[in-house]
Amino acid sequence: MATVDIRDVRKAFGSTKILHGVSVGIEDGQFVVLVGPSGCGKSTLLRMLAGLENITGGEISIGGRVVNNVAPKDRDIAMVFQNYALYPHMTVFQNMAFSMKLAGAPKEVMEREVQKAAKILGLEQLLLRFPRQLSGGQRQRVAMGRAIVRNPQVFLFDEPLSNLDAKLRVQMRSEIRELHQRLKVTTVYVTHDQIEAMTMADLIVVMNHGRIEQAGAPLELYDRPANVFVAGFIGSPAMNMLEGRIEGGAFHGPGGGAWPLPPGAPASGEVIYGIRPEHFRLDPDGLKATVHVVEPTGSETQVVMHIGEAHVLGAFRERVSARAGDILPVSPDPALVHLFDRQSGQRI
Amino acid sequence: MSVTAIDTWARPRQRQGALARLFDWKPFLVFICLLPAVGLLLVFLTYPLGLGIWLSFTDTTIGRAGQWVGLENFQYLFEEPIFWNAVFYSVFYTAVATVGKFGLGLWLALLLNNHLPFKSILRAIVLLPWIVPTVLSAIAFWFIYDTQFSIISYLLVEVLHVRETNINFLGEPWNARWSLIAANIWRGIPFVAISLLAGLQTISPSLYEAALLDGASPGQRFRYITFPMLLPILAIVMTFSIIFTFTDFQLVYAITRGGPVNSTQIMATLAFQRGIPGGQLGEGAAIAVSMIPFLVFATLFSYFALARRKWQQGESND
Repeated sequence: MATVDIRDVRKAFGSTKILHGVSVGIEDGQFVVLVGPSGCGKSTLLRMLAGLENITGGEISIGGRVVNNVAPKDRDIAMVFQNYALYPHMTVFQNMAFSMKLAGAPKEVMEREVQKAAKILGLEQLLLRFPRQLSGGQRQRVAMGRAIVRNPQVFLFDEPLSNLDAKLRVQMRSEIRELHQRLKVTTVYVTHDQIEAMTMADLIVVMNHGRIEQAGAPLELYDRPANVFVAGFIGSPAMNMLEGRIEGGAFHGPGGGAWPLPPGAPASGEVIYGIRPEHFRLDPDGLKATVHVVEPTGSETQVVMHIGEAHVLGAFRERVSARAGDILPVSPDPALVHLFDRQSGQRI
Repeated sequence: MSVTAIDTWARPRQRQGALARLFDWKPFLVFICLLPAVGLLLVFLTYPLGLGIWLSFTDTTIGRAGQWVGLENFQYLFEEPIFWNAVFYSVFYTAVATVGKFGLGLWLALLLNNHLPFKSILRAIVLLPWIVPTVLSAIAFWFIYDTQFSIISYLLVEVLHVRETNINFLGEPWNARWSLIAANIWRGIPFVAISLLAGLQTISPSLYEAALLDGASPGQRFRYITFPMLLPILAIVMTFSIIFTFTDFQLVYAITRGGPVNSTQIMATLAFQRGIPGGQLGEGAAIAVSMIPFLVFATLFSYFALARRKWQQGESND
């Protein structure tokens, strides 16, 4: 177990800059999720932590030791790959024992450690199988088992659930989370799925174009997104964002309509008005919304509607019986409205 | 008015001709589709093989239809030292050349699998020995192995001064044997290298990364990842290579013609020499037929080597 310190880390492949100075401090035992759209540099950062990519600039230290020039095997980390990277010609046992075999561990130690990890992951019955004879979820567990037997200071996960079907993904998500609570090993987890990030992380690092947009606890990111990118990325369905201006104590969106402002809003100016779909409520005195599409999901009803010229999505706990073309009076919860500067996209 | 006409219009049933119906009849269609392939196999494979086997049991010579003589040809060959010499050199030639080709070919494939500048040009160059016609390369080897003008002798004698005299490459039995093996290795490397390179490229790079994190040294990565993963394709390529080398004719015939004094005869060249220039078709055929057991052995080897290993069964990893 160890802290991980990433200080102003840069990465360039030739003249293509991938990371432009990224700094994250990870506490001992924390579960950190790096999340962002593809190409944002999150996997590159993870591979730099693992030592699979060299570091162009900055410093990475694990447990207080700078590892910039330390070989991958000496960094005391273990990694779970996206495609698992199980050795196809070795049995589950051999896959898990491979690192110990290379280190020259005696047979009894190998047996003991593998059995221990297999027990944690429920793999005892599968030790003599080959990877091809396993299902996706089982392979995923073997890959984690291979990491566990190494007893590392840091676990690295590179989009480990993206090859699984939706149901299994949810199950493995809580298994990984449980495993972390049990082993309490510092974990860095890369994903492009914000739900995975929200449900698993102690600390989420949202990345975009090789920069960190915001780092914080999941609910902090949800409640107070620092900028338009984070606001749009975290939360599902995504936040509605309207461009317009504040005038006379209300926000005027495209095509009219006076939207209520949150407390402490500026008196005037060009802003982006953000409201999450779930923060609309039905209100007889609210804005007049024209219903376009109604999508009941059972637990809630999502309504695509037009308010003025603004195209917004609302999600209501109530069963809405409106049909396309109906007028539905709704109003956003003013306390849960987010305002961003129109030029910079930063939170006001 | 026209609407009702369209309503009642029906697509006329097309009447099929006799030929069309014949082609719709499955057994006939199967027969017709198989005919070209079966025809080619019968004319160019089964007939020559059958004729060869038949001839080996007769005393046919050129210009005279033979009589059935049973195993007489084989009994005669069994006691003939030149035949046994050819058997020995065929096996020796195949064994040594295969080891050489695979050693060097695998090494070359591993080199080419790295990130090198001018990678594609290098790969094209590697293929050169293979695409040059055999007889042309044989002529090149005449120069290399020439008693008087050999470049190797020149280097050893004039440049490096490690020898006093030129080497008589093709004039002495063992020199000639080794020289032919070297030429065969030179020609065989591209096939092995390119095939194994294709095999190497199917190995997922993430396996090497995982091995790197597991603490494997380059040697261990080769031993535990590359080699076992390459083994299935290695077995296929080796089977082909053994068959091609054992049945080689061109290179030996073009460089030494089996000389000096039959010391470099392999079974294919001896069969040709006895059968065509020597006119003893029956005896030549018997020598050729004697190669069959060796080839069957090589094929069986491939059958077992090609059998899917346990770890290859089931779904792929990614």
